[in-house]
Amino acid sequence: MKKQRKPKLAVWKFSSCDGCQLSLLDCEDELLAVAENIEIANFVEASRNVVKGPYDLSLVEGSITTPHDAERIHQVRRSSKVLITIGACATAGGIQALRNFKDVREFTSIVYATPSYIETLNKSTAIADHVFVDFELRGCPISKQQLVEVLSAFLNGRKPATPSYSVCLECKRRGTVCGLVTNGPPCLGPVTQAGCNALCPSYNRGCFGCFGPKETPNTNSLASYWKSLGTKDPELLRLFRSYNAYAESFRKESEAHEK
Amino acid sequence: MSTLMTYRIEHDALNELIQELRKEKYNVIGPTPRGEAIVLDEITSALELPIGKTDEQSPAQYHLKDRTDKAYFGFSAGPHSWKKYLFPPILRLVTASGNGSDLQISDDASKPNEEEKYALFGVRACDLSAIHIQDQVFGDGTYKDPAYLRVRNQAFIVAVNCTRAGGTCFCSSVRTGPRARVGFDLALSEVIDNEHYFIVEVGTERGEKVMSSVSRRPAGDTEMEKADRLIRAAAQLTGRSLEPDNTREILYQNTEHPRWDVVAARCLSCANCTMVCPTCFCATVEDTTDLTGTEAQRTRKWDSCFTMDFSYIHGGSVRPSARGRYRHWLTHKLASWVDQFGTIGCVGCGRCITWCPVGIDITEEFRVIRETYLMTSRVSSTKEATHGNS
Repeated sequence: MKKQRKPKLAVWKFSSCDGCQLSLLDCEDELLAVAENIEIANFVEASRNVVKGPYDLSLVEGSITTPHDAERIHQVRRSSKVLITIGACATAGGIQALRNFKDVREFTSIVYATPSYIETLNKSTAIADHVFVDFELRGCPISKQQLVEVLSAFLNGRKPATPSYSVCLECKRRGTVCGLVTNGPPCLGPVTQAGCNALCPSYNRGCFGCFGPKETPNTNSLASYWKSLGTKDPELLRLFRSYNAYAESFRKESEAHEK
Repeated sequence: MSTLMTYRIEHDALNELIQELRKEKYNVIGPTPRGEAIVLDEITSALELPIGKTDEQSPAQYHLKDRTDKAYFGFSAGPHSWKKYLFPPILRLVTASGNGSDLQISDDASKPNEEEKYALFGVRACDLSAIHIQDQVFGDGTYKDPAYLRVRNQAFIVAVNCTRAGGTCFCSSVRTGPRARVGFDLALSEVIDNEHYFIVEVGTERGEKVMSSVSRRPAGDTEMEKADRLIRAAAQLTGRSLEPDNTREILYQNTEHPRWDVVAARCLSCANCTMVCPTCFCATVEDTTDLTGTEAQRTRKWDSCFTMDFSYIHGGSVRPSARGRYRHWLTHKLASWVDQFGTIGCVGCGRCITWCPVGIDITEEFRVIRETYLMTSRVSSTKEATHGNS
């Protein structure tokens, strides 16, 4: 049997903290297997040796926040057979989408000595708002197990096992006792997509919603229930307005608690 | 057939029983306080039981409290159920490896392991009923689950009769408790007045054999009567009820009841109710490959009818709405379960009420629908009567 050409992988960065790209380097044990099966053709965080496109698979990290980003993503799309976005920035606009709720010019005028140098868009948006995305891998940061799963699925031509149900299933399978019921901190688990193996609740912390909204999230019911127990609007707003603030259902819920 | 005995053991002999089970190479699983709750885990001595602990439960609320006495079993059903051991949350079924010409398949689920010889210590009557229900699901009919049966068949069961009603449970209305009647090796009733002892009812020869090494004496009539009184009192104190008769008609005739919309507005479709339910048996099977494509695994995981993927068939999900999912769950649990397995699928443990993050109460949801049914059937029977007279 002839050895097939290795698929070419590119990793692209837009507005982001690089943490999701690091998850790929963080694969450690699996990294050799990745390198054996995939030609890492363009990954500037790992190597300055850049092989020209087109690429079989592109992993895109970060959100679109500048006019330059908005153009560049189209070039990335054109040079990629399969485009997978990784992380909350790329899939929902990230923490920097907090500015979407305010006037970005006010921020630049306070933060920068010469605001006129800053060329930025009014909103930080997900990659899928700009180009067609083949698959979105959630998380802030993404889970390396899920990343390896997505790469394996891509290499073997199958659907990745990355369920879109709530974090609660992972908590219960682990046997973690529910903090919401035992007076623990507020937890977004029931409205957040699984994928982290319910990490925070296993350390007695509430879920922060890093993986974004689950399928059919009922944020309204959860927030109304907490409100009936005494949680105030500003706190509810902050709970839903974090890493995935601009994911539709979280955005709507935080806006519902805005004065 | 020899008559099975009933013994009295002093409270400090409870540890002898646990040690005897451990000597018999059982992995003893029992209730134990951990963090904010009483969970099920391996125990090595009676001191690890929740001595002097209790729980306060209500919809979406569970709080661990101290008791004024040193009761070992003065609490109610906790967040875990025994299905965690008999029907593990995650089970690798098959591993396959190959290099293109040679394929090796390993049937992982059929491989016994030493840890899985369990003694389930402290099974309440509701949970015992739940185990019997899962026995039917996994052990009866054409398609049996070998992994379940292997663990189940060697499990030693020490039941505990409830002498206290929990905040959300309702076993007496669905006729599963508070007394364990069948299917145990030993059944304990804890009595605390000026003395602290257990009445031990022996259910099997195997149970008798274990008891033969424990300090004991035949139970006296007064002692047994005392235990009985406590159990009967617990039944009286149950705060909730679910009327188990006629559930099929009630639910099948009310598939479009407006209450489904009311509950759907609250339901998070988070699946907690199904995860904590001791009878819910749904699982999904995930196939994964490694990066090289030479090894594949098939894994079974607890799944829930509250997820979108659960009802995904070609083209989409059959139950995209929370209304559809809640209705499906309740209707299965109380109605179509009867068609499938001959009983309802609810044992009245109350876990789904306590562990629902927004406190949806199955007894309340069913009660509302049942009342409509009773009202409409009364109206229609009056109409029929009027019609007959004219």
